[in-house]
Amino acid sequence: MTLDISRDHGIELLRDMIRIRRLEEKSAELYAKQKIRGFLHLYIGEEAVGVGAMHALRDDDNVVATYREHGQALVRGIPAGEIMAEMYGKANGCSGGRGGSMHLFCAARRFYGGHAIVGGGLPIAVGLAMASKMKGESRITACFFGDGATDEGEFHESLNLAALWKLPVLFLCENNEYAMGTAVSRHVSDRDIANNPPAYGVPADSVDGMDVVAVERSVHNEAELVRETGKPRFLELRTYRFRAHSMYDAELYRSKEEVEERKKDDPIERFQKRLLDEGFISQADIDAIEDDAATEIAEAIEYAERGEWEPVEEIGRHTYARDLS
Amino acid sequence: MTTYRDAVRTALQTLLREDDRVFLMGEDVGRYGGPYAVSKGLLEEFGEERIRDTPLCESTFVGAGIGAALGGMRPIVEVMTVNFSLLALDQVVNNAAVMRHMSGGQFEVPIAVRMATGGGKQIAAQHSHSLENWYAHVPGIKVLAPATVQDAHDMLLAAVEDPDPVFIFEHQMLYGVEGDLDTKATPTSPWKAAIRRGGTDLSLIAYGGSVHKALSAAEELEKTGISAEVVDLRSLRPLDRETILTSVRRTHRAVAIDEAWKTGSLASEVSAILAEQAFYDLDAPIERVCTLEVPIPYAKHLEDAAIPQVGRIVEAAKRSMGRG
Repeated sequence: MTLDISRDHGIELLRDMIRIRRLEEKSAELYAKQKIRGFLHLYIGEEAVGVGAMHALRDDDNVVATYREHGQALVRGIPAGEIMAEMYGKANGCSGGRGGSMHLFCAARRFYGGHAIVGGGLPIAVGLAMASKMKGESRITACFFGDGATDEGEFHESLNLAALWKLPVLFLCENNEYAMGTAVSRHVSDRDIANNPPAYGVPADSVDGMDVVAVERSVHNEAELVRETGKPRFLELRTYRFRAHSMYDAELYRSKEEVEERKKDDPIERFQKRLLDEGFISQADIDAIEDDAATEIAEAIEYAERGEWEPVEEIGRHTYARDLS
Repeated sequence: MTTYRDAVRTALQTLLREDDRVFLMGEDVGRYGGPYAVSKGLLEEFGEERIRDTPLCESTFVGAGIGAALGGMRPIVEVMTVNFSLLALDQVVNNAAVMRHMSGGQFEVPIAVRMATGGGKQIAAQHSHSLENWYAHVPGIKVLAPATVQDAHDMLLAAVEDPDPVFIFEHQMLYGVEGDLDTKATPTSPWKAAIRRGGTDLSLIAYGGSVHKALSAAEELEKTGISAEVVDLRSLRPLDRETILTSVRRTHRAVAIDEAWKTGSLASEVSAILAEQAFYDLDAPIERVCTLEVPIPYAKHLEDAAIPQVGRIVEAAKRSMGRG
């Protein structure tokens, strides 16, 4: 099938996927150097989901994401430097160093966080949609969560509530086949996750989450349907995580062969090849994108290195609107 | 005279009339009129958009309240009882309490959550517990326990106005209690404890439903020549240490009363504050009158025995006075 997107847009999508990949690779390196600590969940392998989805949403839509959210945050427009500084724990990070890798926030871009309680972001998304509806706004709320979240009661409760109250939520299930180390076949009774939402009156569809163009098209269609109808919809994005769950994960639950096999369908390589085959881009274009990404990340690291540590005397800030102590 | 129930309703009406961002949601708050009849008539006045009957999903409707607050609304969420609120504890502790912090101050959650608490109605071990201390343990949220009709009204107004998440615990035995309500009065700060009765011999420190038992105990003690001061904590987080300390530094004796279990209770916290900061002012060991360490029983005589009663407060006060 020929690509029905413009050359410029193709380059844009490829560029964003490469930006994420390089940011994540560098983050892994910096983790090894102990510049980044705590939990670090890499998005490598899942770039097409974040990039396709973010390009499909409007700037004034709300986004609620998971703890594996560097990709979404970057494409949403949070500067790489602020993301990196946040992972460093510096005061110039996008959450002031209080959140870290799992809790990237940005009010200006309506990015309502990285949530690290699986399923916990769904009710928040329902509430954000409720606020928009009550205020008569046209924005929708896009909520990312993984396959593991579909096991949680809050998933079922949120689908029910959003459908019952006709709330503009787009539920985006990023199915990377593992809830940490437990395969979908071992944690969901019906492996076809999209079978579930219709039971609550929420229309559901699935898309190849390794195909950035398909993701963008599907999310766009679903988002506009949510906007038009004011009712929730569900989209499963079928993807695969190439790296470990977090930096602590020894990956005992899946074979190296399985991972190697799946890596053959790399979303970036796939799209890059398509763009080359279609004559949209040349190797020189790819080299330029890589150079730009390398520069952006080098500058991001510099920004993080330059950042200040928040003085310990300020520890009481941000617990309440006014310090109560 | 107004009932505690009507005082809460009056505050709800005022808030709903004056601020479009305010809405009420919870189980049976609409057509049923509220499990404790607090919201009776509100659906008729304000409609289904603003008086929302929720499905039975505490975690998600509290979470949706948090989301709506993030989205610029001023939600009032009613949870039927504190026991049920445990289903929503994840949203409270992991979201409401930390959102401002985790986002480096970019987002705030101005939500007010009301729930019934406490025992005394023979509704046994899944509807009678006092778990205010669980909430009061958590930085990032504020916790109020209105004991009077005036506070039931004023504290709700203050909670909705507050930029932080505020949890209000309404003792289920208080809904029918009558008292004066002055809706025109300038409200006292909800974050300060109040002296409900002055006294010179010892301080009875209580909150919520126990305040009334402490007042009754003070009356009995007066007959035996003991002058008891009654401190109503009012705010459980932040705790008004100053008022507690000032009272005990004057009376030199303290009895902390709490309908929670003694272990890890707010009475324990009050005791620790006194031990840390008023140790040399004390003339007797601190006494704690709390619920016995058993689930609340159904049978009347056992329930009465489990939770603090006037008699036990009087006995503790006498022990403290060396007259035990």
